[in-house]
Amino acid sequence: MERGKTVSNTFKDLRKKAESNWNELIKGKKPLIIVGTATCGKSAGADEVLERVHKIVDERDIDCNIIEVGCIGLCYREPLMGIIKPDSPGIYYGDVTPDMAVDLIQRYIENGDTAAEHAIGTFGQGSIEGIDPLADTPVLKLQVRRILKNCGFIDPMEIDHFIAQGGYSGVEKALGMDPAKIVNEVKKAGLRGRGGAGFPTWRKWQFCIDAAGDQKYLVCNADEGDPGAFMNRSVLEGDPHALIEGMVIAAYTLGAEKAYIYCRAEYPLALVRLNNAISQAKEYGLLGKDILGSGFNLEIKIKEGAGAFVCGEETALIASIEGERGMPRTRPPFPAVSGLWGKPTIINNVESLANISLILRNGAEWFSKYGTESSKGTKTFALVGKIRNSGLVEVPLGITLRQMIYDIGGGIPGDKKFKAIQTGGPSGGCIPADLLDTPVDYESLQSAGAIMGSGGMVVMDEDTCMVDVARYFLDFTQKESCGECVPCRLGTKQMLDILEDITQGKGRPGDISLLQDIAQGVKSGALCGLGQTAPNPVLTTIRYFKDEYEAHIQEKRCPAKVCKSLIRYRIDPDKCAGCHTCSRACPAGAIEGERKEVHVIDEEKCIKCGLCFSSCPEKFSAVEVISKGLLTETRSE
Amino acid sequence: MEETATFDLKIFEDFSGQKDELIPLLQKVQGHYGYLPSEAMEKVADFTGVTKSNLYGVATFYAQFRFSPIGKEHIMVCRGTACHVKGAENIKEAIERNVGIKEGEVTPDGKYSLETVACIGCCSLAPCIMVNKKVQAKMTTKKVSSIFGKGENSE
Repeated sequence: MERGKTVSNTFKDLRKKAESNWNELIKGKKPLIIVGTATCGKSAGADEVLERVHKIVDERDIDCNIIEVGCIGLCYREPLMGIIKPDSPGIYYGDVTPDMAVDLIQRYIENGDTAAEHAIGTFGQGSIEGIDPLADTPVLKLQVRRILKNCGFIDPMEIDHFIAQGGYSGVEKALGMDPAKIVNEVKKAGLRGRGGAGFPTWRKWQFCIDAAGDQKYLVCNADEGDPGAFMNRSVLEGDPHALIEGMVIAAYTLGAEKAYIYCRAEYPLALVRLNNAISQAKEYGLLGKDILGSGFNLEIKIKEGAGAFVCGEETALIASIEGERGMPRTRPPFPAVSGLWGKPTIINNVESLANISLILRNGAEWFSKYGTESSKGTKTFALVGKIRNSGLVEVPLGITLRQMIYDIGGGIPGDKKFKAIQTGGPSGGCIPADLLDTPVDYESLQSAGAIMGSGGMVVMDEDTCMVDVARYFLDFTQKESCGECVPCRLGTKQMLDILEDITQGKGRPGDISLLQDIAQGVKSGALCGLGQTAPNPVLTTIRYFKDEYEAHIQEKRCPAKVCKSLIRYRIDPDKCAGCHTCSRACPAGAIEGERKEVHVIDEEKCIKCGLCFSSCPEKFSAVEVISKGLLTETRSE
Repeated sequence: MEETATFDLKIFEDFSGQKDELIPLLQKVQGHYGYLPSEAMEKVADFTGVTKSNLYGVATFYAQFRFSPIGKEHIMVCRGTACHVKGAENIKEAIERNVGIKEGEVTPDGKYSLETVACIGCCSLAPCIMVNKKVQAKMTTKKVSSIFGKGENSE
C-alpha cells in the first residue's frame, strides 16, 4: 500500500452537499423540533414524547422538521426536547411529557410564546429574552465540550449532519500525511489513553508501527464495563461517526486494513447506530476500498461482547474476538507486538479514538490548550449517584473534584452531607471530603488511591455505607474474575467473605489488617489489570473510612444505617398516628396496631425492606431506622 | 421447547464456520430461541468443528448465554454502582416478592424471568431495570408493584 498520496476532490463535494443539507435544516424556513432519544432519554419517556410530536404535527399539519438526537448530557432533565425557529436560536426544554410537548409546540411554534418556565437554555446564535444561553447555565459553564459537541445537536443516523460540523475532515487531512507525522502530532498533543490507565497513545502506536509484519489490526474497545459509567455509550449513540473517523485515521497511521469494534451487547441502541454509521461511511467512500481515492482500504467489523467484564482487558478482549473464553494472556508480548491472531494489534478506547479525529482536525496545540502539564485535553465523565445534576459532563483535565460536584453537579440532593466520590469503577477508589480539592488528572487521582479510569464518577452521601460499597465492588470483581490466576480467583473470594462477615455483624478484630494483607497479595500477584486493581476499593475505604469498618466490627453498628443485619426499624409511639399506611405497605405482615392507635413492628417477622419507612406520611415521619449495635443489646439484656 | 426439534439451519447462513464466529453464532442462536438449546449446541459444534466441551467452555464463560428458556418478560435488574447506592437491592427484592421468583429463576407460567446485570449504562436515572430491552428508570418499590402488580401497597 502506498500511503501519503493526495486525496481526491470527492470529500469537498461530500462536504458541500452535507453543509447544504444541514443549513437547509437549521437555517431553513421551517421550525425544527429535536427530541433526545438516547437510552437515558428513552427510559425517561422520550419515545412517547416523540410519538406525540409526530402525531400533533400531522394532525395540525404544522410545517416543520423533526429529528432525533443523542444525549446532551443533562440526563436529570430527561426527556429533553428542543425547538429551533427560523432566524432564532434554539431552545432546549426539560422534563418534557407528551402533553407538555403538545403545549410547547402550540405555544412556541404556533403562538410565539417561548414557554420560558420549561426552558433549560438557548443554543445557537442570537439570544432570547428571559432564557439564558445553555452554555451559561451552571451545569455547562465550566464544561468544555469537544467530544460531546455534537451529542444532542445532530441526528446520529445522518452522516451529513456530522460532516457539516467538520466531521471526516480529519480523515481528509490524515490521508494526505505521512503516518510518522500523524504519530508526532498525537505525541505533541499529549493524548493519553482514555480507557483507564492513561498510557500515551502515540507510544502505544509506535510499538505497533515498529513491530514486524504487514498484517496489523486496530481494535476499538467499546466494552464499557465499569458499573456506573456510560460515557462511551453516549458517544456511540449520539455521535457514532466521531469514532469511525478516529478509527480510519488510526488504522491508516498503523497500516491496519482491518479493524474491529468490540461493543457491549448491553448497548442495543449503540449497536444500531454504529452499524448504520459504518454502512453510511462505506456508501460515502469514507470506509472500504480506496478511501477518498487515497489507495487506503479499511474494513470495520463489529463484535458484540457477551457480558464479561474481564474482556475490557486487552488480551482477554483479543481472546474473545478470536472466539475463545475471554481469559487474559501473559504480557509481554504486548498486543502492540503480538495481539489478534499473533499479529501486531492496537486496542484503543472509544474516547481516545474520538480525540484522534479532533487532534487531526484542529492540531496538537488546540488540543493541549486545556489540561495540566501531564494530562492534556478534556475528559468525559458520568457524574452520577447522590448528586443533583446527574448526567454526562466533559471537563478540562485539572478541574477539581469540588468544582465537578458542587458547581457542575449542583451538590448533593436533600441537604445531605457529601461522603465520598468513587472514580475508576471496580479498579478505582473512594475519595473523601477533605480531598475534594484534588485536581482531576491521572497522577493526582492515583496518589489519592483512585484512578482516572474510563470516567465513571459516583457520588456518595452520608446514607452510603463505605464498607458496603467495598463489599459491593468485591462482589462484582469476584463474580467477574475469570478464574485463571489464583491470587485473583481466591483472593477476591476471601476478601469478599470477610467483607460480608463485617457487614453482617460477624466481623472479628484483625479483619482490617487481614484484608490489607490479602489485598497486597492480590495486587502484586494477579495476572491482569482486573485482579491487580480489584483491591483498590477495599484499600481506599480502609484508608479513608476506617472508623466505619471499626464501628461494624467492634460495635456491630452500621453508621450509615445500610447493612440490613445491623439495623432495625422502629415506630416512634409519640409520632405514630395509627393511619395503617405502613401496615398496608408491609409485605411481611410484620406491623400490628388498631386504627388510630400506635403501631408496632414485630422484629421477628420484619424483613427490613424499608417500605414502612418510605411509606409513612411525611407529616408523621414516625418510622425510624436505628443502628445502635451493641448498645441496644446491652440495654435489652 | 418444541422448536428445537427442528433446528433452523438458516441460522448458519452468513457464517462460514470459522472459530472467531463462535460467539456471534451463539448470539444468533440465542437471539432465535431465547436460550441455547442443547440440540442447537450440537449443531454449532458440528458446523464449526469445535468440540462440544470447548464450545460449552466458551458459552458458559459469558454471562449473556443461558441454557434454559427465559420468561415472556425478562427482567434485568441493574447492579451498577449508581443503582447500588440508590437502592437497587431493595428494588430487586421487591421484584422477587412481586413476581414470586428469585434471581435466575423463571415463573412456572413462563411469564417472568429475573436476573441481574452488571450495568446497563443508564446511571444518571438510577436505579433502573430493563424489561425486554426497554429501560425503566428511577425505580421505586412502589413502581415495582404497579408494574408487576401483586399490589404490595394494598392488602
